[in-house]
Amino acid sequence: MNVYLFQVTLILYLCGTITYLIYLIFTYERAAWVGRYLLGLGFISHCLTFILRYIEAGHTPVVNLHESLSFFAWMIVGFFLLMRSQYKVEILGAFVSPLALLLIIWAAVLPKAIPTLPPALKSWWLPIHVTFAFVGDAIFALAFCAGVIYLIQERLVKSKRAGGVSQRLPSLEVLDEINYRALTIGFPLLTIGIITGAVWAEYAWGSYWSWDPKETWSLITWLLYAALLHQRLRVGWRGKKAAIMAIVGFGAVLFTFLGVNLLLEGLHTYVQWSG
Amino acid sequence: MKEVILVGLNHRTAHVEIRERIAFPEEGLDRYMKALYNLPNLAEGLILSTCNRVEIYAATKDPEKGVEDIKGFLAQEHHLSLSEFEDTLYVLQGEELVKHLFRVASSLDSMVVGEPQILGQIKGAYRVAHASKTTGTLLNKLLHKAFSVAKRVRTETSIGNRAVSVSFVAVELAKKIFAHLEGREVLIIGAGEMCELAAQHLVRAGVQKILVTNRTWERAIELAERFHGEALPFSELPHALLRADIIISSTGSPDVIVRKEEVSTIIRQRKQRPLFFIDIAVPRDIDPQVNTIDNVYLYDIDDLQGVAEANIKDRQHEARKAETIVATEVEQFCRWYQSLELVPTIVSLQEKMEEMRKKELAKTLTAFPKCSDKEHRAMEALSEAIVKKILHGPITLLKKQGRNSEGESYVDVVKKLFQLDEE
Repeated sequence: MNVYLFQVTLILYLCGTITYLIYLIFTYERAAWVGRYLLGLGFISHCLTFILRYIEAGHTPVVNLHESLSFFAWMIVGFFLLMRSQYKVEILGAFVSPLALLLIIWAAVLPKAIPTLPPALKSWWLPIHVTFAFVGDAIFALAFCAGVIYLIQERLVKSKRAGGVSQRLPSLEVLDEINYRALTIGFPLLTIGIITGAVWAEYAWGSYWSWDPKETWSLITWLLYAALLHQRLRVGWRGKKAAIMAIVGFGAVLFTFLGVNLLLEGLHTYVQWSG
Repeated sequence: MKEVILVGLNHRTAHVEIRERIAFPEEGLDRYMKALYNLPNLAEGLILSTCNRVEIYAATKDPEKGVEDIKGFLAQEHHLSLSEFEDTLYVLQGEELVKHLFRVASSLDSMVVGEPQILGQIKGAYRVAHASKTTGTLLNKLLHKAFSVAKRVRTETSIGNRAVSVSFVAVELAKKIFAHLEGREVLIIGAGEMCELAAQHLVRAGVQKILVTNRTWERAIELAERFHGEALPFSELPHALLRADIIISSTGSPDVIVRKEEVSTIIRQRKQRPLFFIDIAVPRDIDPQVNTIDNVYLYDIDDLQGVAEANIKDRQHEARKAETIVATEVEQFCRWYQSLELVPTIVSLQEKMEEMRKKELAKTLTAFPKCSDKEHRAMEALSEAIVKKILHGPITLLKKQGRNSEGESYVDVVKKLFQLDEE
């Protein structure tokens, strides 16, 4: 059942993405509205997918890569919709929805069977640790999208091509503010994600920190965002530099989440590979 | 059946010398409309008078006489002889009129295509006419439709949301850099007319405070007073750059007065809060290299002009989209208008035949006073059947053809054939 709903979600995200891109390319105002509703419906169906899978599996479905990718996409869409109600920047949807779509398509091609949970992972720490980590990551994904739009808009304004596409993009200041807000919310969440992970590691493996690749890379990501936050507050790093940092930071987020598992060996390997 | 007619002139047909004499003052417009309404051949009337056009819309039973009435009205009210301006007038009716009004309301007929004022002006004129009760069903319907077409054009094309004047482009650009202009401070260096215009636009867009600096202190004070702003001595320019977010410069200075090095220092002191320079001076006041600093944006007069021109091109593209919308709406409206005439024609056709049938039947029945009830009923049925058979063809044709653009001519033919207009 959850697999069918998953497909419904995928289709809704796909349609949402297409409408948002139509909005971006043809400036058809109503497309943004339709896109938002499609994405909203997709989000609801994604919620149901998650709940059903939770009931079927008996544990929080964030154990294998399929589940994690799907969870990540879910968080990104959710926080985008939440943020949209604060900042009226429709165009962000045209960047966020393709990202969520890519993640969920990737999830779709992976085996969807419910994995059996190794005893080490059977703990309440699983949902806590994973939720904090992914919520932080999803917020950084929004900062990443805002950063990309910032760079485009900055380029257009600086090079005096302020007509056309530039017309559809939000003001530089709004984009920068989204970046900053995302940083101030995402950073504490990432910090909590790392701490809860360490505490859980103490329970499960007997040590708070064992320099497992995922731990190392989380730390690198954390340091990157810490540096950005520091520079921003101390010397007023904003605008272009902050946008570039948000993009680099999200690169580190993705590597920590995906690169580590696909390229490096460690304790955090997903269940389907370790068996 | 009433028809709407239009007599008018605009910036393309008449020079400003004529337009200003034909224009109706806003004050007392209701009296003019009432006078128009009271003309013998007009049933409804509305005057649209802007600086670019004077148009009189009216409903009349006799278009030819109606047009003469309006022309006479224009001449009389403005104390002109008709020959002075008659060749600048255009007269429209039917589909052409509907199209014209829809285009005017959608700002496709404006001097600056896409300018937003015209719709408000038409709405204003309609409000006056409605309050003075000089409009009726036809004009009401026509104008309401024009408003909704204009709204459709606004929402479905981006015809109206591009700035095409240099000073307005500056505001548009500022909105791309800053989230909102409320509470911002604007610094004016020098005191050119363009400066003032741009500053005015910015104030209207919400800018809170205007700072003015000038080498001549008196000029600075004078301009500052006009904007309820603050005058600063020229020597305090670096300090002013710390406060202001938008700087408009147009001094007569032959050299650059704001250098890159200065701005680099200032932007650091500002903790990278963005600075937007608008340099409309020739020769330029601000070092062009300033634009290479992060969070500093510089537009000179050519850049502004470039954006304005790009926007104009874009508007033309959007205008084509808008024309398509107008064309579909015109077709729909005309179809509705024709169907108005269709139903009454069919009804009066049926009524007329029914009346004839009853009259003839009564005549026949008096000739046969002794006929039985059964025979009576048979005669009744016979006459009814004949009328029905005769009308079947014409009515089917009307109903079918009434839906395409030729419908009107069939309505006319049927009316003539059966002499429906005589009573």
